[in-house]
Amino acid sequence: MKKISGNKLLVKALKEEGVDTIFGYPGACTIDLSDELYKQDYTKVILPRQEIALVHEADAYARSTGKTGVCLVTSGPGATNLVTGLATAYYDSVPLVCFTGQVARHLIGNDAFQEVDIVGITRSITKYGVLVKNREDLGRIVKEAFYIARTGRPGPVLIDLPKDVMGELGDAEYPSEVNIRGYKPSTGVHIGQLKRAIKMLEKARRPLFLVGGGVNISRANEAFTELVDKTNVPVVSTIMGRGAVSTKHPLYIGNVGMHGAYACNMAVNECDLLFSIGTRFNDRITGKLHSFAPKAQIVHIDIDTAAISKNVQVDVPIVADAREAIEKMLEYVGDCREEEWIAQIEDWKAEHPLAMKKKPVMTPQDILDAINEMFEECMIVTDVGQHQMFVSQFAEITEKKRLLMSGGLGTMGYGLPGAIGAQIGNPDVPVISISGDGGMQMNIQELATAVLEELPIISCIFNNNNLGMVRQWQKLFYGKRYSMTCLRSGAACRGRCGEVECPPYTPDFVKLAESYGAKGIRVTKKEDIRAAFEEARRSNKIPTVIEFDIDPEDLVYPMIQPGGTLKDMIMDC
Amino acid sequence: MNNGMKKRWLSLYVENQVGVLSKISGLFSGKSYNLDSLTVGTTEDPTISRMTIATVSDDETFEQIKKQLNRLVEVIKVIDFSDIFVRMKEIMYIKVKKCTSADKTACFQIAETFKAKVIDYGKDSLLLEFVQTATKNDAVVKLMKEEFRTIEVVRGGSVGIESISMMER
Repeated sequence: MKKISGNKLLVKALKEEGVDTIFGYPGACTIDLSDELYKQDYTKVILPRQEIALVHEADAYARSTGKTGVCLVTSGPGATNLVTGLATAYYDSVPLVCFTGQVARHLIGNDAFQEVDIVGITRSITKYGVLVKNREDLGRIVKEAFYIARTGRPGPVLIDLPKDVMGELGDAEYPSEVNIRGYKPSTGVHIGQLKRAIKMLEKARRPLFLVGGGVNISRANEAFTELVDKTNVPVVSTIMGRGAVSTKHPLYIGNVGMHGAYACNMAVNECDLLFSIGTRFNDRITGKLHSFAPKAQIVHIDIDTAAISKNVQVDVPIVADAREAIEKMLEYVGDCREEEWIAQIEDWKAEHPLAMKKKPVMTPQDILDAINEMFEECMIVTDVGQHQMFVSQFAEITEKKRLLMSGGLGTMGYGLPGAIGAQIGNPDVPVISISGDGGMQMNIQELATAVLEELPIISCIFNNNNLGMVRQWQKLFYGKRYSMTCLRSGAACRGRCGEVECPPYTPDFVKLAESYGAKGIRVTKKEDIRAAFEEARRSNKIPTVIEFDIDPEDLVYPMIQPGGTLKDMIMDC
Repeated sequence: MNNGMKKRWLSLYVENQVGVLSKISGLFSGKSYNLDSLTVGTTEDPTISRMTIATVSDDETFEQIKKQLNRLVEVIKVIDFSDIFVRMKEIMYIKVKKCTSADKTACFQIAETFKAKVIDYGKDSLLLEFVQTATKNDAVVKLMKEEFRTIEVVRGGSVGIESISMMER
């Protein structure tokens, strides 16, 4: 029987799994694998500038394509740099398979050069992690990893590959089937429970759909839109659920939670049936738990048994894939329209419409309005902070406009690498990243990757010279003591803020972009927004960085005080 | 949030692999679940280990613990011992030191009463072996601490198995 090395088998496995793109950074422990990848032409290897960004790129590639993202990094620091990205993917249920190099088996435990126990380090932020101790297990483990990552509630899987195991000759076969006795992701829908839930929906006088990221992950958007059209039940979403139904749909009200729209939070507060699909009832959604949806019976459909009744006690639990459940519902459900209830929601919308104050100077909403009008199709990737909330409030998300962000973990630095991953996975769709000036600088080195991969991403920076979201809390709840949030502060002004002149902002994003070989545009007036996007759109191989100078006093409203209840919103100050 | 706060037992079938114990104990510490005792050993199938876990928790947390354990790839099966008939015992050694002869006599009496065995004997010390429920062992420890000046206790944690007949613990 023909025998091949572990490295060869892994490259073969990538091909059999249909992995045409991986994100990799080399090192001593994976150099043999790099060599094998050099000899083939099926799998394209993207070389980012930092493993921290690398894993976000694979993550956004996976989110935007529905495929499994694959990372390859070396042992030690290469592996530990994955930690934040793994947690990001874990919280947002993104299928990843990450291969980490490891020192040879006889060195494990010796504190060898570039040795870390990466399986141990990542145990609580991966769906599964394993060290391959024997060459004969390699094929099976890789097969299982891909299966575990993409089935059930998707998530990241880590495989640690000792250098000597990978060099050893062994079986050339890559298994075609998987059988893991402890892992049987649930399939099918309990029809009895579903019918019970439908009956409640039909009986309810103030029914409300609450949709989360699960609907987007299972690609149930079309089915869900049909369900909304058929039942005429109004919809609120989490920010990860945005786009489950087009944000332009007349029955879509908006986001709930900490920065949710007034009408949405009121609707959750007043509804008598909360029909939720694919959400975890995270604390940013519920506010104070015992006063969440106080008048409602709650139905909860989720693929993850453990997500049900974890935070909010549920009346009808249904463990199922969102799409399967919604498609089944379509067979049984009828019109549930409640005119009075819909009118009430319209009143709330009119009472406090979601809009920023119109100002002579440029506001984030002006920029997002321009994107909404100018792009018929696009993918928006955000970083984390105020700009992310502005996007979640004002960006239109439809069948042709998608939104990617780090919702669960809230990882700053996701925006630019996220856009790179999304553009690599979707070469024909315009990809727009939106970051604050803080998050942008967390992975700005990736401009090099974007330039070299010839990705025409449009990278927007909402520059308010501050770490805006923390500053917003300081303004509202900490007596305007702006500790650690001004990105212009330094030795020249420490302890003398307001008394001495502020140091100039650094870096100059336009010059920085140009030095990378990208296009750089600075926009300071609202009249220039459209021209900047026009120019960026004309480029089809070169990324464009557009820096928008915005006012740090533009805050995200409404806001629920941390730990407060949904109905007590701060509307403005 | 004190509804139904009490001690509960679970039995787990898990893959007999490196890191599984750490994954399970890590789940308890990471999510701030109480872990009262945990025992583990291989079964008739060397690729499978069986764990008996005792935890003090309320109803909701206990439900979460079961769900979270079930999610782990390495966990093959979770059995809740709350409402089924089980046989469950814990081994415990108590060394009684600095004994007077009166102490020694008391030890033998205690051993007889609690169905323990005196398994070792020295000039001024005694070693007792108890195999009984963890709750009974709790009571014995309490009693022995009051009775003697210096004792040394080692407990194994409960191991349990479902009964064949309808027997209580």
